[in-house]
Amino acid sequence: MTILTYPFKNLPTASKWALRFSIRPLSCSSQLRAAPVVFVFKLYLKAVQTKTKKTLAKPNIRNVVVVDGVRTPFLLSGTSYKDLMPHDLARAALTGLLHRTSVPKEVVDYIIFGTVIQEVKTSNVAREAALGAGFSDKTPAHTVTMACISANQAMTTGVGLIASGQCDVIVAGGVELMSDVPIRHSRKMRKLMLDLNKAKSMGQRLSLISKFRFNFLAPELPAVSEFSTSETMGHSADRLAAAFAVSRLEQDEYALRSHSLAKKAQDEGLLSDVVPFKVPGKDTVTKDNGIRPSSLEQMAKLKPAFIKPYGTVTAANSSFLTDGASAMLIMAEEKALAMGYKPKAYLRDFMYVSQDPKDQLLLGPTYATPKVLEKAGLTMNDIDAFEFHEAFSGQILANFKAMDSDWFAENYMGRKTKVGLPPLEKFNNWGGSLSLGHPFGATGCRLVMAAANRLRKEGGQYGLVAACAAGGQGHAMIVEAYPK
Amino acid sequence: MVACRAIGILSRFSAFRILRSRGYICRNFTGSSALLKPILTMESKGMWQLFELTLPIQSMLAACKTLQEVTQLSQEAQRIVEKLEKSTKPIVAAINGSCLGGGLEVAISCQYRIATKDRKTVLGTPEVLLGALPGAGGTQRLPKMVGVPAALDMMLTGRSIRADRAKKMGLVDQLVEPLGPGLKPPEERTIEYLEEVAITFAKGLADKKISPKRDKGLVEKLTAYAMTIPFVRQQVYKKVEEKVRKQTKGLYPAPLKIIDVVKTGIEQGSDAGYLCESQKFGELVMTKESKALMGLYHGQVLCKKNKFGAPQKDVKHLAILGAGLMGAGIAQVSVDKGLKTILKDATLTALDRGQQQVFKGLNDKVKKKALTSFERDSIFSNLTGQLDYQGFEKADMVIEAVFEDLSLKHRVLKEVEAVIPDHCIFASNTSALPISEIAAVSKRPEKVIGMHYFSPVDKMQLLEIITTEKTSKDTSASAVAVGLKQGKVIIVVKDGPGFYTTRCLAPMMSEVIRILQEGVDPKKLDSLTTSFGFPVGAATLVDEVGVDVAKHVAEDLGKVFGERFGGGNPELLTQMVSKGFLGRKSGKGFYIYQEGVKRKDLNSDMDSILASLKLPPKSEVSSDEDIQFRLVTRFVNEAVMCLQEGILATPAEGDIGAVFGLGFPPCLGGPFRFVDLYGAQKIVDRLKKYEAAYGKQFTPCQLLADHANSPNKKFYQ
Repeated sequence: MTILTYPFKNLPTASKWALRFSIRPLSCSSQLRAAPVVFVFKLYLKAVQTKTKKTLAKPNIRNVVVVDGVRTPFLLSGTSYKDLMPHDLARAALTGLLHRTSVPKEVVDYIIFGTVIQEVKTSNVAREAALGAGFSDKTPAHTVTMACISANQAMTTGVGLIASGQCDVIVAGGVELMSDVPIRHSRKMRKLMLDLNKAKSMGQRLSLISKFRFNFLAPELPAVSEFSTSETMGHSADRLAAAFAVSRLEQDEYALRSHSLAKKAQDEGLLSDVVPFKVPGKDTVTKDNGIRPSSLEQMAKLKPAFIKPYGTVTAANSSFLTDGASAMLIMAEEKALAMGYKPKAYLRDFMYVSQDPKDQLLLGPTYATPKVLEKAGLTMNDIDAFEFHEAFSGQILANFKAMDSDWFAENYMGRKTKVGLPPLEKFNNWGGSLSLGHPFGATGCRLVMAAANRLRKEGGQYGLVAACAAGGQGHAMIVEAYPK
Repeated sequence: MVACRAIGILSRFSAFRILRSRGYICRNFTGSSALLKPILTMESKGMWQLFELTLPIQSMLAACKTLQEVTQLSQEAQRIVEKLEKSTKPIVAAINGSCLGGGLEVAISCQYRIATKDRKTVLGTPEVLLGALPGAGGTQRLPKMVGVPAALDMMLTGRSIRADRAKKMGLVDQLVEPLGPGLKPPEERTIEYLEEVAITFAKGLADKKISPKRDKGLVEKLTAYAMTIPFVRQQVYKKVEEKVRKQTKGLYPAPLKIIDVVKTGIEQGSDAGYLCESQKFGELVMTKESKALMGLYHGQVLCKKNKFGAPQKDVKHLAILGAGLMGAGIAQVSVDKGLKTILKDATLTALDRGQQQVFKGLNDKVKKKALTSFERDSIFSNLTGQLDYQGFEKADMVIEAVFEDLSLKHRVLKEVEAVIPDHCIFASNTSALPISEIAAVSKRPEKVIGMHYFSPVDKMQLLEIITTEKTSKDTSASAVAVGLKQGKVIIVVKDGPGFYTTRCLAPMMSEVIRILQEGVDPKKLDSLTTSFGFPVGAATLVDEVGVDVAKHVAEDLGKVFGERFGGGNPELLTQMVSKGFLGRKSGKGFYIYQEGVKRKDLNSDMDSILASLKLPPKSEVSSDEDIQFRLVTRFVNEAVMCLQEGILATPAEGDIGAVFGLGFPPCLGGPFRFVDLYGAQKIVDRLKKYEAAYGKQFTPCQLLADHANSPNKKFYQ
């Protein structure tokens, strides 16, 4: 109640709306409630902002809020987390969330986690992690997968469950452990072993064993390439950068920016979503370890990682293999307020897109951004904080060039004019996946929390989150700051 | 086999670009003020612009009347390319699209080659397919670049090599992946990017940061070492020559000369090699074989155009009735071009077999790495197999490939017309039933047309389209458009019994039976026909086509054409059918066919049938050569008659149809080219000689007689 009445108290002339509002119970329709808040707030600021900013609440649809979100420190794979299993990391994020929000375990209706490379022992990693973290065994959990936007899918699944009235309290998150991936026996070996299981007599077994050949032992690694095109993502990113004529220098410069900004944010303590994690048998990990601002000269020395010897994508301007997990608490607004929470942000319109997985693999943000803005009735200018997933410098810059191109908009997006560039001063100001790291399944929640935290810290009403994913898919979502 | 392969690849041929490029290279090469742009972009279209080409090859070579002139042309080209090679500034060839023939010769004279890793990008020396050899130094440079065995393989088969394979062979030094859409159309940006990369490498070469030398693998090093030993070299030449002799049967002079030229270059040095190359080039271009092959090439280009213009409505949904060998084959060449195709049959077993055939065809491409398994699956999803007429209301064209039985075709036509939309075309894939008879029961005969495919559909390039009096122009345009989409070479003929192809083949087959009846062993007959240049022996051909089909056709056409199609006794075929000797499909015909056994044995059960129908041979017309000519002259005579009667519109279509559909010897260039090159008079003389022995079947037709009477008359002016 305090934040809501605060502007009222300072109001020079009491507006009729505000009066009406102040006596309304909290359970009133969110639209009615939210609109006067903005109105009142604006009067309080004495028209500092001339432009009217509306809220994105929709009639007859429940508002969904992010109470808070946390993540484990994101680490280069093969470092401190290397002996863990994915559900260990996910558990750490969940306990961190419990600690941060003090949410009573029994009110959580449902838990959803995103992950990409599944540990076969814990294929529903959400459930294993929730049980281990001490959530009620009566709380169901499921795992979703949608490549690099798996956590986004976990969040929006939660949004759907709340908006449709099925649930009030959801925990959504994501996890990825690239230090250990399932490596399988070859198909022939698997077949032999399965047949051996079924063999009844010694004779059958021996005849099966006699079929064994040494080449059966060749292992099968999890696919790093796109199934439909057999092209690795780095290779595709390099081609994308070339298609948009993004130079090596531009890419290195952008990567350097990401690392520098991340370093600054880390030093200034802005990355408040990070929770310390005591790794069993190791020291407590408190911060991300992939942030390494270098110099352009150093970066220029690296050889191309994918298209050799003349490509432009290098280890320095790509995101690295990362271990990490994230989790956030999302609720129906009235539930959060009833429980006395002060939410951080609303989760508003979102949009999934998909396009050609060969030549436009990583252009998801370009396609999703204008669509979600149109859906929400906003323009680029309304956005105060952009949080885009940085898979590769080349990918971000190619998306910029695509968004800035009338030709591309006309010929590939069916638009009359270009999407327009996000202003760089509002873009990934606290670093991005290039520097903070990119645990595939967990990045989505990090993006949303970064947007929400930035809006609180830097001011502004709307944040835009966007990401690309394998399979030529993409996601964008509007995050609206919760009024202070 | 060289010939067979030759035909397959002819379509992609584009040779002698170098000859037309001299203006550009000379001008820029000697101009010193501006730094020579160290890139030559060789792309089908780009090159035309870049090199400001004006003279098409035909007129270029036609202008050279004598051997000396052609030789000079080659020498001039050699000199130009040599200048490129000796350039002190590094020259990088940037290759996108087909780099064949002269294009490749320019490319291999550069210091470095970069190619786009695109399906469109192919490299090769297809000159042999035109009966010539690489005449601008290619025979000398290629062996040095990729080794003698690989170079000979390229030059003797004329095969096109994809970019990734070329990189492995050392034919190109770097690959560039084609780009997707960016700020410009993908193709445009890809070429720009290719040039950017090429310039980086050119600078690197100039600064000596990049070495043009390539690391060779162990096998390659060993081969290269082995080739330094004279004895090994001799053995290689000998082996290759033997193989070529066996395959060409001495009918194609080009391959042996290529080996000769390569040998001269290696054993006697480059100067002798270049001289030999230009001389042999001149000699080869002057040969009849080369003229025949070039004629086929031009004919093929002609038959890749739609002379009816664009159809009003593009065919997007295709339905095929009958999932047999033909139906499934047609489906296979349609789905991989993106046509939504329904394959309908009456029984599930037949449908299963057909769908499996399509899948296998695609899967074989995966094994050859021409497709990825993912592409295969997405192509295969264009195919719907079904037993009913669901979805036919959306079909733009229905092709029926049901059994060759008029009443069945009538029934099917009526059933289909009840469900298809008004604009839908009904095409019949029949090899002998006249289309107008099929169309007789149609409500809209203007939409009925014949599309005669050849088996196996995915391998045979020819499509014979048959129009009736009533077929509308738009229907024809649609049928040709679909055929072209399926990658076919198309001849359009008028309706009539047997159309063109079947009609030409029938008298020859009749003669085959007579020759067998006269006691010639099927094996002997096969070797006589193959040594004349037919890719498949005559007896084997009957087995492949199917004895029952041959019988059907012989009876049908025999009824219509009467005595002229007589000769052999059709009773032979009837008896074979009654004994179940249907050819390859039943395992027995003239030969015995067994799964997995390559060797063909004669079917000894045939002896009694042949003995019962034995005819006394006529010794005056039974020499080996006479037997060959009895077969060929009957074929040629009937072909000319088709032109005379207006079944055929042009001799070029007649030649293409005969070579691509029936395996008429490519080295002869088709029946009409053969008459031109061999001489109409000589053919008529032959015919008259056989007429004296056998009668009317050999009477030369009027048009042929006219050509014989006035030696200036030619089918090709």
